Amino acid sequence: MTPRLSAHGVVKRFPGVLALDGVDLDIRGGEVVAVVGENGAGKSTLMKILAGVLTPDAGELRLDGAPLLLPDVRAADRAGIALIHQELNLADNLDLAGNLHLGREPRRGPRGLGWIDRSRLERDSRDLLRRVGLDLPPTTLTAELSIGQRQMLEIARALGRSARFLILDEPTSSLSAAETERLLGLIAELRAEGTGIVYISHRLGEITRIADRVVVLRDGARTAELSGGEIERGRMVREMVGRELESLDSCERALGEVRLEIRGLPMAPEAPVLDLDVRSGEIVGLAGLVGSGRSELLGAIFGVAPRSHGRVRVDAREIPPGSPPASVAAGLGLVPEERGRQGLVLEGTIHENLALPGWRRTSRRGWVRSDEARANSRSVVRSLDIRPGDATRAAGTLSGGNQQKVALGKWLPLEPVVLLLDEPTRGVDVGARLEIHRRLQELASAGLAILFASSEMEEVLGLSDRVLVLHEGRIAGELPRERLSEEAVLSLATGSEAAP
Amino acid sequence: MRKALGAAGLLVGAGLAIAIASPHFMTAFNLENLLRRSSLFGILGIGATFVIVTGGIDLSIGSIVCLVGVLTPWLLVEQGVDPWIGVLGLLGVSLLLGTLHGVLITRLRLQPFLVTLCGLLVYRGLARGITGDQTQGFVGGFRGLRQLGNGRIPIPGIEGFTIPVPFLVLVVVAIGAALLLGRTVWGRYLLAIGRNETAVRYSGIDADRVKILAYTLCGFLSGLGGLLFTLDVGSAQPVDFGNFYELYAIAAAVIGGCSLRGGEGTILGVLLGAAVMQVLQNGITLIDAIPNNVEFAVIGTVILIGVVTDESVRRVIARRRPEGRGSIP
Ligand SMILES: Nc1ncnc2c1ncn2[C@@H]1O[C@H](COP(=O)(O)OP(=O)(O)OP(=O)(O)O)[C@@H](O)[C@H]1O
Ligand SMILES: [Mg+2]
Repeated sequence: MTPRLSAHGVVKRFPGVLALDGVDLDIRGGEVVAVVGENGAGKSTLMKILAGVLTPDAGELRLDGAPLLLPDVRAADRAGIALIHQELNLADNLDLAGNLHLGREPRRGPRGLGWIDRSRLERDSRDLLRRVGLDLPPTTLTAELSIGQRQMLEIARALGRSARFLILDEPTSSLSAAETERLLGLIAELRAEGTGIVYISHRLGEITRIADRVVVLRDGARTAELSGGEIERGRMVREMVGRELESLDSCERALGEVRLEIRGLPMAPEAPVLDLDVRSGEIVGLAGLVGSGRSELLGAIFGVAPRSHGRVRVDAREIPPGSPPASVAAGLGLVPEERGRQGLVLEGTIHENLALPGWRRTSRRGWVRSDEARANSRSVVRSLDIRPGDATRAAGTLSGGNQQKVALGKWLPLEPVVLLLDEPTRGVDVGARLEIHRRLQELASAGLAILFASSEMEEVLGLSDRVLVLHEGRIAGELPRERLSEEAVLSLATGSEAAP
Repeated sequence: MRKALGAAGLLVGAGLAIAIASPHFMTAFNLENLLRRSSLFGILGIGATFVIVTGGIDLSIGSIVCLVGVLTPWLLVEQGVDPWIGVLGLLGVSLLLGTLHGVLITRLRLQPFLVTLCGLLVYRGLARGITGDQTQGFVGGFRGLRQLGNGRIPIPGIEGFTIPVPFLVLVVVAIGAALLLGRTVWGRYLLAIGRNETAVRYSGIDADRVKILAYTLCGFLSGLGGLLFTLDVGSAQPVDFGNFYELYAIAAAVIGGCSLRGGEGTILGVLLGAAVMQVLQNGITLIDAIPNNVEFAVIGTVILIGVVTDESVRRVIARRRPEGRGSIP
């Protein structure tokens, strides 16, 4: 009999929010069930309930037909259910082997002494790491990994538990194209071995490729279940959003004078340097594989990453290296890659986050003008349609898409002249992504110069007026709008075509 | 604000209990003394608060109290230095020591615990070395200057109760500190740094300067406290003057609602926290049934109970309301 995990009528209430309103879900061994829905639809909440992280307010779980109680994560572990969280949960100060076996280290010697069998630990780790394609010694410190590598490490850890049911909550949002391919391959393997898989992603392309069934959640309720030929992008979007989504129209914008001027910025040690101008009204995309140096480049421009030589000017004003305050004063803003760590004060309220970079402006001789700051925050909440719109909520309780809007919105009151964005819509649902893209286009039309990095092809193609493709720390080529296509970007990004 | 309320409750509760247990508590003399001590420790607590809200810690407070407390009479009496120059010079030194801590912590990325632990050792060592472990005192002189520490201002129309001068100093310091924390951009930055320093840097704010400011203020207020303590008492013994005062200051901040993780704290709360500490100490001295040598055990237990209660209340509230930890209106 194939194993079968199911949830019936699950209800979960958070203060002020009904996150799940009687949801059913059924997973069998050897199939991939995708769960899709807008930000805040309740996907992660449902998964946490399946993995014993949260307990439901009502409803029940069943395993192979028998009622299943999951008071905690250990119980789920015993039942063979593993969850890879949307947010990474790794101890930076441990090595890879330590993280892979955290809480279940192989022991040796007398029981209870807690001696760790290092050699077995490392041997097991090497196998797991190889399976997910991390070619690193198990003794590497976790802190040294990129986000994508960390994600793969989390996946390896779940594999180590040899679970019968594996739940992946947005595993690919920080993976490169190559890593994503590897993961999708791995999922196919696991499915063939009989593992039941739940897969959550906002990248619908992945879902059409691997899902056997798609369950759509909207506002905490299950609105549809698709299978076979019904699994198709347009249909999924319609069920998720509840209406047709019109596509982003590429509006023609008049380009003004040069706003951001970069001369001789090193892309990597010994690599050629970068010269780049971004004009008022222009949106320039940086494409390339993860690890091609896009984040470092944006960080070096803004001053949060080191810059050994090269010059950056904003409106002809020189920006000294390593000084974010000078960058902001000159009119630069950065929406960083990791919104939880770099972009937001998660424990702070929405208002505190929106007001943070702008306090200098909304103050007179150091005295803050709270009314003005609050008015600014209110207008940002309104113009970006941040939901829920109560600015006294902690930013950390917002859904991914709304958090991203806050990370972007905090720059708006400063009226920047150049905005740098690193993965502007990571983990953001289709509807909110479209909204953010529209808003960026509007800002550009109003004269903003935008430079953004993205590993999502759709975003690069849809938003950019011009694309620079990076490959291993150098510019592989530049593509103007007319020559922009997925093939052109990919062949440059993988280095299979020389720069024109 | 809720935590300040908790500290106020603790203060009233402890005060009532002690008043019932001992007839000496509610006397004008005792209350006056209590107000004086609470004011002095309140000044130290405010200094500690600036550092704690950034997620840092300052262990050197007691040693700076010692350094300033011992060197003030030493300079003025033994060395015959002009009082103005001596006092302002020492306050300047304590301020610069704070700045030094801040610079070492931000520029060299050293841990606050480590830097200020070294400060704790170095400054006491210096004070003892310079004075050769000899008690330093004002030997009846400098009566005008000493008014700053032991002065009393009569309240017109009320007999028997006077206001200690350090309380007035505290009021000025507390108003300044509350304005700084609540109404200026620096205050916003201090609190935000305690919650997520990386995000503050990424917002284009010079977080290092803000942190240096916090340690500088803490150093200065420790020095000011040390000066007032020594002016009040009249003499200082380098071996134990100011011993453990950093822990009193930190405890006052924590009772008053500061989180040691940073990002939380109010000046009003710290003042109440400092008063709670003094009332407890006073109670142990006054109530004969409690031997004086269990003082630390009693204070430690009360703080622990307070923190545990607070944490339980916080959880109940958090279950009902998904609001931010925000203290900003
Ligand atoms: N700990 C919490 N406290 C309060 N509200 C919460 C909490 N966790 C989730 N929520 C709320 O529950 C709802 C569902 O959240 P959930 O994280 O399940 O959404 P999601 O579908 O996973 O969204 P995303 O695509 O952004 O990850 C949201 O409105 C969210 O704000
Ligand atoms: Mg989620």
